[in-house]
Amino acid sequence: MNPFQPVGKALLGFLEATGKLALFTFISVSHCVRPPFYYRLLGRQMIDIGYYSLPVVGMTTLFAGMALGLQTYAGFSRFSAEGAIAKVVALGITRELGPVLAGLMVAGRIGAAMAAELGTMRVTEQIDALDTLSTNPFKYLIAPRIIAGLTMLPLLVFVGDIIGIFGGYIVSVYKLGFNPGVYISQTFKVLEFVDVFSGLVKAATFGFIVTLMGCYNGYNSRGGAQGVGAATTNAVVSASILILIFNYIITELFLAA
Amino acid sequence: MTAPKIKLTDVHKRFGEKVVLDGIDLEVAPGESLVIIGGSGSGKSVTLKCILDLLTPDSGSIEIDGESLTGMGRSDRERINRKFGMLFQGAALFDSLPVWENVAFGLIQGHRMNRSEAKEIALEKLAAVGLGAEVGELSPAELSGGMQKRVGLARAIATEPEIIFFDEPTTGLDPIMGDVINDLIVKCVKELGATALSITHDMASARKISDHIAMLYKGKIIWIGQTADIDNSGEPHVDQFIHGRAEGPIQMELRQL
Repeated sequence: MNPFQPVGKALLGFLEATGKLALFTFISVSHCVRPPFYYRLLGRQMIDIGYYSLPVVGMTTLFAGMALGLQTYAGFSRFSAEGAIAKVVALGITRELGPVLAGLMVAGRIGAAMAAELGTMRVTEQIDALDTLSTNPFKYLIAPRIIAGLTMLPLLVFVGDIIGIFGGYIVSVYKLGFNPGVYISQTFKVLEFVDVFSGLVKAATFGFIVTLMGCYNGYNSRGGAQGVGAATTNAVVSASILILIFNYIITELFLAA
Repeated sequence: MTAPKIKLTDVHKRFGEKVVLDGIDLEVAPGESLVIIGGSGSGKSVTLKCILDLLTPDSGSIEIDGESLTGMGRSDRERINRKFGMLFQGAALFDSLPVWENVAFGLIQGHRMNRSEAKEIALEKLAAVGLGAEVGELSPAELSGGMQKRVGLARAIATEPEIIFFDEPTTGLDPIMGDVINDLIVKCVKELGATALSITHDMASARKISDHIAMLYKGKIIWIGQTADIDNSGEPHVDQFIHGRAEGPIQMELRQL
């Protein structure tokens, strides 16, 4: 057997998968911007992604903010720089932890659910049924999910930012004995528009990634229950990896600007 | 001579090395009910999916009312699809919608009818298949297999299509319920004056719902004729199939242990 054969096969497989994903993305985006729009379905997805993810994102950012406060104190007290806790928490949450943690949590909650739902619809021929009922599955199933992800993640992250900063406040004021007024004023003093804005841009990108990967894997799932299970796993894993990659790229772009 | 409602000319389809359709030629006249019979893997479902545009044939042409489907744009394809009704093997009802909305789906989405008017028609169609209005409010998951098939039939006829496709309409049903579905199919197709194309390997069903029967074997139509003539086809493959004999020219591909 030719030793290059497996390498070539893997490369061709990768190129094929990339091409399929690119085509799927193009078709999905084109249906997101062209009418008709299914407002009822869009509303349902927005509630599912935005409202029902709020407790998960809120809890995650709250405890992340609290832990960040404690860690910053533990590290900075070695250099007598405890006063910077409020600044580090505010910047850390808005620029990095808020969007990344929210993205990962929503990938687990929403990306998996979308892949499972669409995957089940695929293997039970419900997606074929849509086609025969003169309804484009991209417009009916995928566009509302992607638009909802794109718009709801920034809102979730904005609320998560506030909760995360509040987590740092709780630890700093009630455990470490900081002055509440000083802590709040330092937080507002350090935060600039671009800090929050860059986090929200990340959030919108992550919302797109999570919903796209959920839809792509679910829509293309094959082979019954096992296929649906694999689609769900792939949706979460691929979305999580892409979130971390794009987090770096967007950070780099904002820092370079 | 009347132009055929459905015409397939030299249709080929393969998946990798496996040839599934090997030059299918088939015509279905307006108002005719044709049933395609054949064993598992003979290409029945693929034939149906090619006509419904769920799969694209590798070569050959498919015409509906004299219009070739090859290279047809999305909007023209949706116009053609509005002529179709389809009963899927597993009913393929949408889990997320109540029964009445499943039945009314084609009217609301495909024909842009308002919801209250569509609901009225959906309840009429449910009554036509022997289901009461109270069933309309249930979720598909709350229905038995036979009821799901009836709802699927109600959905297939809701838009009063010119052509109705039936994919294994009696599979998974007990013989009595199977016969009830067969009677409903005959009644609905006659009332609508529709053309019907069905695929099945249930000979009792095939005899009851068809005017003509075609047998598919190894991707080719090996016999086509009137239903009454099938017992005297003179074709050994057909004889073996309709009598369900293990011995004969059709050999199951079984691996020796």
